[in-house]
Amino acid sequence: MAAQPGVGPRIGPSVGPSVGPRVDSGVDFGAGPHIGPRIDIAERLYELLTAGSAWLVLLLLLGIGAALAVGGSLAFQTFGWGFVVSREWDVGGGRFGALVPIYGTLVSSAIAMLIAVPVGLGIAFFLTDVAPRFLRGPLAVAVELLAAIPSIIYGMWGLFVLAPFLANHIEPWLDSHLGPWPVVGALFRGPPIGIGLLTAGIVLGIMVTPFISAVARDLFATVPPALKESAVALGATRWEVLRRVVLPHTRSAVTGAVFLGLGRALGETMAVTFVIGNAHALTASLLRPGNSIAATLANEFAEADGALHQSALVALALLLFAITFVVLALARLLLRRMNRPTERMS
Amino acid sequence: MRNRILLGRRLANAAALFLAGGATLFGLFALGWILWTTLVRGMEALGPALVTRMTPPPGQDGGLLNAFYGSAAMVALALVIGVPIGIATASYLAEQGRHSRLAAVVRFVNDILLSAPSILIGLFVYELVVRPMGRFSGYAGALALAIILLPVVVRTSDEALRLVPDTMREAAFALGLPRRVVTLKVLWRAALNGMATGVLLGLARISGETAPLLFTALNNQFWSADLGGPLANVPVVIFQYAMSPYASWHALAWAGAFMLTMFVLVLNLLVRLLVRKRKEKG
Repeated sequence: MAAQPGVGPRIGPSVGPSVGPRVDSGVDFGAGPHIGPRIDIAERLYELLTAGSAWLVLLLLLGIGAALAVGGSLAFQTFGWGFVVSREWDVGGGRFGALVPIYGTLVSSAIAMLIAVPVGLGIAFFLTDVAPRFLRGPLAVAVELLAAIPSIIYGMWGLFVLAPFLANHIEPWLDSHLGPWPVVGALFRGPPIGIGLLTAGIVLGIMVTPFISAVARDLFATVPPALKESAVALGATRWEVLRRVVLPHTRSAVTGAVFLGLGRALGETMAVTFVIGNAHALTASLLRPGNSIAATLANEFAEADGALHQSALVALALLLFAITFVVLALARLLLRRMNRPTERMS
Repeated sequence: MRNRILLGRRLANAAALFLAGGATLFGLFALGWILWTTLVRGMEALGPALVTRMTPPPGQDGGLLNAFYGSAAMVALALVIGVPIGIATASYLAEQGRHSRLAAVVRFVNDILLSAPSILIGLFVYELVVRPMGRFSGYAGALALAIILLPVVVRTSDEALRLVPDTMREAAFALGLPRRVVTLKVLWRAALNGMATGVLLGLARISGETAPLLFTALNNQFWSADLGGPLANVPVVIFQYAMSPYASWHALAWAGAFMLTMFVLVLNLLVRLLVRKRKEKG
């Protein structure tokens, strides 16, 4: 089953009857035309292979869920539901709980979405309605290149460039100005070390932004021009067209795009592992090191000793699988309602 | 009074346009900053040793030859596994199964796999291959990469095939060709450009994937061409060296990051060219 469908750029129906293995040339006229079940082995094989591959994709997702469930069963049996709410992570003592990584995953993703949603939608708005026409193409390419950069590069940049920058310029300010505030101050009190949930969230936010803006841009482009033109004709400004025509028209799909970005953020590993600090500590402060599910896996799994430690890590992975599955499924359902706009990867 | 309302609306509009422009600038600024960092720090560490020597122990000079080899071998094997299965699936989705319930479910599941956390794929392959085999291996790494590649190929090939006009199918069927010949000889050829785009995008995606290799191929400090054992690869080397406290390892990590980024960006620009060419033709 070769990937190359023949050679030569000849496109189109220039395919004479000579192509392919002898195609029903009707030699045995005497017996009348073939109407009965003429079993063509190659044809059956082809159908079996293609349908089989499709089933394989389906089984893959089931397989991932099943493998993680089996691998994590020991941890769930040992700790029960307490696994999800316990903040303990004591490798030596064999006591494991998922609360710290779950908290870190949710908080870093929340920070990421706080950045990525407004920025991503702003970029999409700028690219569809604001930018001069000649700039739109190149700008869109630039933003999409941002999505193509491997996440490990984001991680390195976060560790070697962004973290020192935050530690020297931003975090001392946060600590001294926002730290004394009641309630929210607790989020910003801490040593300015540049490594922690805040940095992880910012790196994630930058990473997720192009995913959201690319999908949102395509969605905005699906709005019928007549609708927008009518609004303009009534005297609406460009912002009002976006607010009152484009966004209402695409609302559910844009929500889908946001969920798609959230799914990315929740499961992202490398960009987070570099900068989150790998500390199993539950603190209110965003400036202190924490951990996320994916980062815990990346740091500990290859060297995990003991069946229980390993099983606890796989159980963490199962939780991540469940969370991202729900988020991504929701995203796809919301996006599907837009009768499949210009589809794209992401 | 009317003017004041108008003024308010105009101000809101100006603010919105300004913020949208600011958001775009922010995105461009981030891209520029990341690329600039990778470029500057990577160039410093570039040299012929990069592709002639092995990964060194701390404090010594060396290159990334074994890592480049390992990455290339695993990515190639992943393509060999993932592309045929992906194209076969897409052929089912776009052709004989187009309106079937199975195709709808598979498309949905494929879309989820497309954005599923890659580290979970790594764990899956660990449970599936590494644990039974009892050792980390290049084969496991290639399999993990293939699983990440698969949904990309399925999605793009499915779309490319569905873009082929139905008149072409009808013409081919009217000649009495069986389904497989129609698909293989007519539709694949017409959709070739789009499918190639998908493969290139998938290649770019898996070249930089790190998380799924951590528990499958692991890493190997020495030269090894044996896919049956732990295999050095660029992303994991970058990860380990960047997280280490040694300056010489940091430099190598940046050199690796530079090569990786350039490779991925060039592939992506190539894809744009392909897409543009297709649009001009259409």
